[in-house]
Amino acid sequence: MKRLVTLGIIICVAWALAGCASQAGEIKVGCNAELTGSIPVVGQSCKNAALMAVDEVNKGGGLEVGGKKYKIALFVEDNEDKAESAAAVAQKLINQNQVLAIIGPNASRNAIPAAAISEASKVPMVSPWSTNPKTCEGKKYVFRACFIDDFQGVVTAKFALNNLKAGSAAVLYDVASEYNKGIAEVFKKTFEQSGGKIVAFETYTTGDKDFSSQLTRIKDAAPDVLFLPNYYSEVPLQVQQAHKLGYKGKIVGSDSWGSPEIINLGAADMEGHFFSTHYAPDIATPVAQKFIKTYKEKYNGTPDDVAALTYDSFNLLFQAIKTAGKPDRQAVRDALAGITKFEGVTGALEFKGTGDPVKSAVILQIKGGEFKYFETAKP
Amino acid sequence: MTQIIQQALNAVQLGSVYALIALGYTMVYGILRLINFAHGDIFMVSAYLGLFVAGFLISIGHVPAWLTFVITILASMAGTSLIAVCIERVAYRPLRNAPRVSLVITALGMGLFLENFTLATLKAEPRKMPPLIPVVNMDMGGVSVSTIQVIIIVVSTILMVLLDAIVRKTMTGMAMRAISFDKSVAPLMGIPLDRIISLTFAIGSSVAAAGGILYGIAYPVIDPYMGIRIGWWAFIAAVVGGIGNVRGAMLGAYILGFIEIFTPLVLPSSTYRDFVAFSVLLVFLVFKPTGILGRPSVQKV
Repeated sequence: MKRLVTLGIIICVAWALAGCASQAGEIKVGCNAELTGSIPVVGQSCKNAALMAVDEVNKGGGLEVGGKKYKIALFVEDNEDKAESAAAVAQKLINQNQVLAIIGPNASRNAIPAAAISEASKVPMVSPWSTNPKTCEGKKYVFRACFIDDFQGVVTAKFALNNLKAGSAAVLYDVASEYNKGIAEVFKKTFEQSGGKIVAFETYTTGDKDFSSQLTRIKDAAPDVLFLPNYYSEVPLQVQQAHKLGYKGKIVGSDSWGSPEIINLGAADMEGHFFSTHYAPDIATPVAQKFIKTYKEKYNGTPDDVAALTYDSFNLLFQAIKTAGKPDRQAVRDALAGITKFEGVTGALEFKGTGDPVKSAVILQIKGGEFKYFETAKP
Repeated sequence: MTQIIQQALNAVQLGSVYALIALGYTMVYGILRLINFAHGDIFMVSAYLGLFVAGFLISIGHVPAWLTFVITILASMAGTSLIAVCIERVAYRPLRNAPRVSLVITALGMGLFLENFTLATLKAEPRKMPPLIPVVNMDMGGVSVSTIQVIIIVVSTILMVLLDAIVRKTMTGMAMRAISFDKSVAPLMGIPLDRIISLTFAIGSSVAAAGGILYGIAYPVIDPYMGIRIGWWAFIAAVVGGIGNVRGAMLGAYILGFIEIFTPLVLPSSTYRDFVAFSVLLVFLVFKPTGILGRPSVQKV
């Protein structure tokens, strides 16, 4: 019995030592992604790009911080695309995995609650894809790699007015989701301020599949443009039903359209429509071309905007860790806030006192079953 | 005026699908006094079955569109009823003499099992139902009618008439009604209890499968959670119409279809849909728990 106890103690000590040994020279980074739930493509892209960014650093011997090389240990957790799970995942990454920083969640409905946890625990967080202003608003430890809804709402409203020469617009959006709601409201405000008329402002709730009631009303209001700032899994149904009810006008969307799945699900119905997003694979810079090439080789598919932004988020974080000179949460936070020059896959960006970067948006058109670059909208 | 007609047409389309699912709830309840909460998920499974059959038929080519549609719907009905019979055999039959609460909990568990099994094996990614019917929009004096709407309404009407006839006119239907009337006496009259119950599950689920295919054609994005909301709405329809009553389920389904479509027109937002639907449910449960066409059940002492 005594021998057994001794053996147990030895094992425990060895275990603890081994744990220490592996921890030396390692930086832990968490990834809070929507791997299941209603937008799994987003989570998968995020995970792919995260693995890629971390692999690149680790293959090069690790991240050089203050003259010492550190390997990156990545913890990818599924937040099920639920606000409460996203917060729980953030808690787990911080308390259990003791990560230095967290990348994600992506959708604003998950990023907002997770951001509150990060802020309270003083752990730097970078959301690749959350465009709702509330994610970073009034927070010191929360950053993002993308522009915010206000900007996107303004860009799409101006695009509808100036490029599509629309005098009237209708909006159908998910009232239960922060992202859709925020963007729809800014669009409405900008469109009306610039002299346009919103003839219908209709809502639905996440998970609805029948929109015929709202779309019939919209069709009768005869808008020049229909604005659908909704997620890729729902937009094809909305567009198909609008066409079935006889709507023939133009349709505009936001960056939530940016998954190739939307073309797969919507097919011919999606043809010719526009949306604003973070990057265009066909006009990309050398940085982007390299990323796209590696991603294609690795995952056998074109990276979407979530992949590009996740990759940028990781590199932003790595740059900040290097600048900080030590793997310390506070130092990394300060270095992130001080980034004035960063050349990413989705273009150049800088931080000016808040967690929201200053960067430009692009308008893409769906043409021949592909996303095609249409124009760039500067901040 | 055209808008009202258009909306009414939308409501009838939706109500038809709800009716096909509500029938399964009502038939099973009628016989076992069990609210089969897995029914919405059986509906989801049927849509996936249809997706695979249709995908296979399209991939081998040379099958005319109408035949693809017919084979898909029949194959899905057959497959789904087989699954439902297995579920009944494995999960419900051993509990037949257990308290009714155990049975309801088992049904809820079965629903969760189906959802998560589908999620695990087929992944959360929503899938596209191949277009089985060429969509043609006909403009009738400002009202847009699509071929899909016509087919949904026609097919579901045929199925409902057929089902009503089975329950009212055939020996099997008579056996079902007898079991519904008194489960303990019916076997003494020579009615094969197990076989009729299995048959009820098979028929109810195959009708839901037809609903699944039609729904998949009208709303061609299929995911593992699609059965939850529809299941609830069909359940409300069955209760409002009078659970246990076949015609009541159909009536209730059309009422729910109209609620879903007309709520956003009358109230400021579509968010009130579920609120209105569940309020209707509550009102019925309080003031007329037997539903519109249901007969009050007599508790025997």
